[in-house]
Amino acid sequence: MIQVLPDMEIQTKNQPSPQTGNSFYAIEARNLNVYYGSFRAVKDVNLSIERKKVTAIIGPSGCGKSTVLRAFNRMNELVPTAHTEGEVLFMGQNIYKPNVDPVEVRRRVGMVFQKPNPFPKSIYDNIAWGARINGFKPGLGKPSMDEWVEHSLRRAALWDEVKDKLHQSGLSLSGGQQQRLCIARAIAIQPEIILMDEPASALDPIATLKIEELMRELAEDYTIIVVTHNMQQAARVSDFTAFFTMDQDRAGMLVEYGPTNQIFTTPKDPRTEGYITGRYG
Amino acid sequence: MPSSHRESFDRALQKLLDQVLILGSMVEQAVQSSVDALKRRDLIAAKQIYNGDQRVNEKRYAIETETITLIATQQPMARDVRFLAAILEIITELERIGDYAKGICKINVLLSDEPADPTILADLQCMADLGLGMLRRALDAFVVQDAAAARQIPLEDDQVDALYNQIYRKLMDEMRRTPGSIDRANHLMWAAHNLERMADRVTNICERIVYVATGQMKELDNTDDEK
Repeated sequence: MIQVLPDMEIQTKNQPSPQTGNSFYAIEARNLNVYYGSFRAVKDVNLSIERKKVTAIIGPSGCGKSTVLRAFNRMNELVPTAHTEGEVLFMGQNIYKPNVDPVEVRRRVGMVFQKPNPFPKSIYDNIAWGARINGFKPGLGKPSMDEWVEHSLRRAALWDEVKDKLHQSGLSLSGGQQQRLCIARAIAIQPEIILMDEPASALDPIATLKIEELMRELAEDYTIIVVTHNMQQAARVSDFTAFFTMDQDRAGMLVEYGPTNQIFTTPKDPRTEGYITGRYG
Repeated sequence: MPSSHRESFDRALQKLLDQVLILGSMVEQAVQSSVDALKRRDLIAAKQIYNGDQRVNEKRYAIETETITLIATQQPMARDVRFLAAILEIITELERIGDYAKGICKINVLLSDEPADPTILADLQCMADLGLGMLRRALDAFVVQDAAAARQIPLEDDQVDALYNQIYRKLMDEMRRTPGSIDRANHLMWAAHNLERMADRVTNICERIVYVATGQMKELDNTDDEK
């Protein structure tokens, strides 16, 4: 029997998601190792992500930060040669247990990618489609689909820009708007966690700042984990920062993890200091 | 030694440090000369030093502007941001030390041809020597970001305070004995006070050096100034 993670009702506007499980953390990696074939891409990661905070993952290219992010919702399994060892606890429950449904995991742990990838459908359907197939049912005492689309677009700070063209293609929007549409689409299925992999790297500075502001707002209701190459972005938006680097065997490893203000002003590890000051050896 | 991908930023930081050291030596010279002029009762020199404080202020603003520019354009992190933040504090302290030298020159002018007790003038010179020694070593510690040295220097402030208390007692006795000396004694008391405060400013500089080196922001002077 497929095990379903603790269920929850879809919430209406301004109602926070109910927290399930007893863990203080939204997600915890324990001795996490990820392999691509025989190559170990990430080794022995132990990382506990606090609920309703923005956590940034930074580090040089190839240090495994995106691999770690994808391990948090079993996205690595879509790579045929990938396999994962260790545990990832979501609300205290290991998502890699054999009887856990990965589709359910990805519903609860949403993801936004580097390149905006709206469906080639209308703005409205981009939101409604995901909500509908994930079990959203309008009903007595619950929002209608129209209300739900509006709610999701408002939460993604996009409503005012698209409310008069909801039936135009999502692909007609600018890059920054498309990315916020993807965030709205993720919100519409009410995840507890939103993973963001370089969400603003393809955007201009103003669109980037809008995404960053949005991340801060969303952290009131959701746990946000963002991978970014942009250290200033990590410093601006996150509450906690994890610094990864590559070990001598080229496997990614966690070097330092702590409150963002500490990491960027008084890092404890010289490797962190070297990286963030641009004097990485 | 890790390779740096920020050579031009490193050069800018070095240039800024050089400017701070120049400001430090300008201030040191001003204090030394102001006490010397007081001892010699050289009013012409006192007026020159007094007017020269303008250059100290200009240098401080130039460094401040350059520091803010680097913060805005280079997005410094970790030790770099601590270093730049420390510079903003240190140049303020240096400028205030310059103001103390200016104040001593003003006292010199106010004293005019009033005689001054040579033992008091000798004590003032001792205070200046101690304070300036602290300042020189503090700036040396800043160059190499030596937290241990920076923690030691403020301990010498006790000697400066002891000299200040000694001068204070002498001048109070004089005022009690000779009420006509009150103005003159009060002026000299202010000169001593300025030198005592200079050493306190050096302690503040040392706190910033410890911050740059370790990230710890902690008061190094635990004495109660009000006692």
